[in-house]
Amino acid sequence: MDFQAHKEIAWNGIWKQNTGVVQILGLCPILAISTNVVNAVSLGLATILVMALANLAISALRNFIPYEIRIPVFILIIAALVTVVDLAFNAYLHELYLVLGIFIPLIVTNCIVLARVEAFAAKNEPAHSTTDGIAMGVGLTLVLAVLGAMREIVGSGTLFSGIEMIFPGTEGLTLFGDNYPGFLVAILPPGAFIALGFLIAGRNWIEARKQARARANPPASGAPQASVEPSAPAEAA
Amino acid sequence: MSETTALGLSARTGGVMVAFTVVFTAVMAFTYDATRDQIQASATEEKMKLISEVLPGTTYDNALLEDYVRLGPTRELGLDEGGRVYRARKAGQPAALLLETTAPDGYSGRIDLIVAINADGSVSGVRAVNHRETPGLGDYIDPRKDRDKKSPWIAQFSDLKAADVPACKVKKDGGQITYHTGATISARAVTNAVGRAARFAADNQNRLFAAKSGGPL
Repeated sequence: MDFQAHKEIAWNGIWKQNTGVVQILGLCPILAISTNVVNAVSLGLATILVMALANLAISALRNFIPYEIRIPVFILIIAALVTVVDLAFNAYLHELYLVLGIFIPLIVTNCIVLARVEAFAAKNEPAHSTTDGIAMGVGLTLVLAVLGAMREIVGSGTLFSGIEMIFPGTEGLTLFGDNYPGFLVAILPPGAFIALGFLIAGRNWIEARKQARARANPPASGAPQASVEPSAPAEAA
Repeated sequence: MSETTALGLSARTGGVMVAFTVVFTAVMAFTYDATRDQIQASATEEKMKLISEVLPGTTYDNALLEDYVRLGPTRELGLDEGGRVYRARKAGQPAALLLETTAPDGYSGRIDLIVAINADGSVSGVRAVNHRETPGLGDYIDPRKDRDKKSPWIAQFSDLKAADVPACKVKKDGGQITYHTGATISARAVTNAVGRAARFAADNQNRLFAAKSGGPL
């Protein structure tokens, strides 16, 4: 039962309420960082960590936070956590910090962290809240990765450039040869808006197809199930 | 009646806010204290690594980090709060000057650079220490982020002869330094800062080498 709840939360974060293409939150880092896959995924991973920690901390403390001043307290906790993560990375994972370093403070500007804390962690127990933070972070990371790949391939004709800083010995791919002139619009912010538009359209298209199919044959699958087990449709919805 | 409730509510929420502030400030202070030494050690190591990239270890034989001159605010080097010039010597003779300098006009604010100028006025090497140039666009000024690993952009400055220093400008401004289309501002900021640092080192070389170690110019 509890596993079911976690699964529901995870699905919600990754697909149904995806931060990047459904809630359209956190556009600032999405547009700024998704110029290549490595940068995008790096920011995504740092966001997962901060969101999980913030959701966990605030969910655990939620009974001590008066409703009237919840927002300032949330901001205080998130900022403190980000500072701690930033310092800890700098001290103990210095190599990784050189790559992720500039992204960690950026997370404070990401309204998705505050949004999830306010909408979920403040009302739910710690385990579920942590799952929600991770799932929302993973959803964002997936969008960032796809967006980064689109912009990098079109804009500079490479994939995974810069990966040698994270995994020494590996090398990014050059897709169209060394003479690819590049397509600057894809690298600049307008390219991010255009690529994000395609992603949102793609997700809506998949959802619309799914709904159309569900409408087309409800008697075949929906009706018999409902008569055998009354709780099934409620769970599906 | 309602006034006391409002007052009580204010006092209660205010107290809670103060308590949270104290607790989380303490958490941050504790983390800062616990990580400070480690971070400083990493920074020093990073600095030595950078120095060995701009100035080969064979060109000098003194303890470089201990032989420096303190500069006050210096406009030519973009230093608002002063900085240091390290002096490399070989067998007691001037070998090179290592200048901390800042390009104030980067695309996203200041670009901190370390520039090594040989005693003959040529540029030995340049590295960006701190910058916030756009990832994937202007950040090629940092060779670790440069896509061209074989001949990174910043390598153009290595072995720039003393006679080339006047042409230390981007091509758009009539110089000889190339740049990436669409990200001229970052390249121009670094290039101009290197040119200014080279001229500053040439103009003040004798004074810089003669000054007392650890003292002002």
